[in-house]
Amino acid sequence: MTPAIQIEQVHKSFGAFEALKGVDLTIEQGEFFALLGPNGAGKSTLINLLAGLIRPTRGTLKVMGHDVVADYQQARRLLGVVPQELVFDPFFNVREMLRFQAGYFGLGRKNDAWVDEVIARLGLTDKAHTNMRRLSGGMKRRALIAQALAHKPPVIVLDEPTAGVDVELRQMMWEFIKHLNRDGHTIILTTHYLEEAEALCSRVAMLKHGKVVALDSTRNLLKRIPGKNLRVRCVAAELPASLAPLVRAREDDAITFALTDAAQIEFVLAELRGAGIKVEDVEMQEVDLEDVFMEIVRL
Amino acid sequence: MIGMWTLFKKEILRFWRVGFQTVAAPVITGLLYLLIFSHALGSRVEVYPGVSYTAFLIPGLIMMSLLQNAFANSSSSLIQSKVMGNIVFLLLTPLSYREFFMAFLLASIIRGLVVGTCVWMVALFFVDLPMAQPLLILAFAVLGGGLLGTLGIIAGIWADKFDQMAAFQNFLIMPLSFLSGVFYSIHSLPPFWQTASHFNPFFYMIDGFRHGFFGQGDIAPEISLTVVGVSFLALSWLTLLLLRSGYKLRG
Ligand SMILES: Nc1ncnc2c1ncn2[C@@H]1O[C@H](COP(=O)(O)OP(=O)(O)OP(=O)(O)O)[C@@H](O)[C@H]1O
Ligand SMILES: [Mg+2]
Repeated sequence: MTPAIQIEQVHKSFGAFEALKGVDLTIEQGEFFALLGPNGAGKSTLINLLAGLIRPTRGTLKVMGHDVVADYQQARRLLGVVPQELVFDPFFNVREMLRFQAGYFGLGRKNDAWVDEVIARLGLTDKAHTNMRRLSGGMKRRALIAQALAHKPPVIVLDEPTAGVDVELRQMMWEFIKHLNRDGHTIILTTHYLEEAEALCSRVAMLKHGKVVALDSTRNLLKRIPGKNLRVRCVAAELPASLAPLVRAREDDAITFALTDAAQIEFVLAELRGAGIKVEDVEMQEVDLEDVFMEIVRL
Repeated sequence: MIGMWTLFKKEILRFWRVGFQTVAAPVITGLLYLLIFSHALGSRVEVYPGVSYTAFLIPGLIMMSLLQNAFANSSSSLIQSKVMGNIVFLLLTPLSYREFFMAFLLASIIRGLVVGTCVWMVALFFVDLPMAQPLLILAFAVLGGGLLGTLGIIAGIWADKFDQMAAFQNFLIMPLSFLSGVFYSIHSLPPFWQTASHFNPFFYMIDGFRHGFFGQGDIAPEISLTVVGVSFLALSWLTLLLLRSGYKLRG
């Protein structure tokens, strides 16, 4: 089967700055894929290249086997992109915008039923006749997602779709996106909420400074970090030096220790007691994608 | 085809929805020019034998309104969607650069024709206007609207900000349209300015258009038609090259 996305040796420079430094990535049809990375890693640049909004300095990108430069019309028909920035056309209402958008893709009135389904699925029915300008931020985000889906593309790319979106919409949106995925649509998303990626995506690529630094199934990535986390709620204080190598994260009122062995629990607690730190609560946690992300990307 | 048609329809609706600003306002402006200039000069000047100054003025005003609005349509649509960022919705689509060009061009011509027709209808209240060669009138209206619509696309692609667009309008479009013989026959100008006028494509559009009404003008309409037609083709070609290269639109 033709891969949904095929990226080979893609470089992109903005003047002297190299935003992407040789990215290779293949995403199969039907995957639910996460593209993760810190701010400025090059995620949006990669997406914009796929969408044909910018052109690669070097390398090739294909959507369902169609080159995004040479065969751009076919490639774009097969791709739906939700841009990261909240943009909208202030002249029209939601339904008009969606119909126009489908029209640009050559779809006529027959597609109107799908447009209405998208509107309903994203909870926009009440707002279908509201001018885009008058929508709240979250509603604009829904309309932006709807616009990417107006032509029912088999490959859907969402660049931080949940930024600034309330819990209810997030649930609703993911339900709809999961439904589309079950129907065979390939989904690619970027997000800074790693628990979202962990819950939804079967495979993850991590990008850093314009390079893919990890590419694996979510399960394998989680296995990369052996052991568990021990989260200790305590009053903030100077930690004994012996514990420093075990610290995974620090918050105001809690410290998370990375343990590879259950026997370390007693050691940690004893050291804390020895240092006169009052422990209020302890909790064992599974390693999550955020820990993996920290290990791979931040270090 | 559906894609281009949709974009065309959207561009038409975009100005029609705000018709007060995009149609009524320029018609009123044209009318004000008519009242002021015909009042100030009407009794003293007769440009062509048997043609009152007010009658002489009207085709020029119709054409000026038509040209300025054709320019305004494509240029304002593009600069707004660039500044707002919603131009991505077009750039994400399989629309070819030719379809993109055609849709913006046709909508500009329509806006120009609508405004021009409105000015003409209002002017009929003031003076009887002959129509010696209706086809010539139509040809210049369509070609002129196309030329300025194309110029508007170029300006819209080039400008990144509203003030750059305003500069384009104030330093190019306005002087060229005012110094084109809307308010006078260039034969009344000193020789230097007469020669200078011949380098202004707006002069040919106005003179040829006016010729269609009165059957007489400053130069032969065939020459005007050729100049306007060739300018239109040249600018269209340039615009298509810009669009194909992705200049300023696809980084
Ligand atoms: N048009 C541009 N001109 C110059 N530099 C750019 C341009 N677009 C992106 N960059 C730079 O390229 C790098 C990658 O940007 P990109 O937007 O792809 O990051 P990102 O991974 O999407 O980050 P974020 O999580 O913040 O959205 C950044 O350093 C950015 O400043
Ligand atoms: Mg980004």
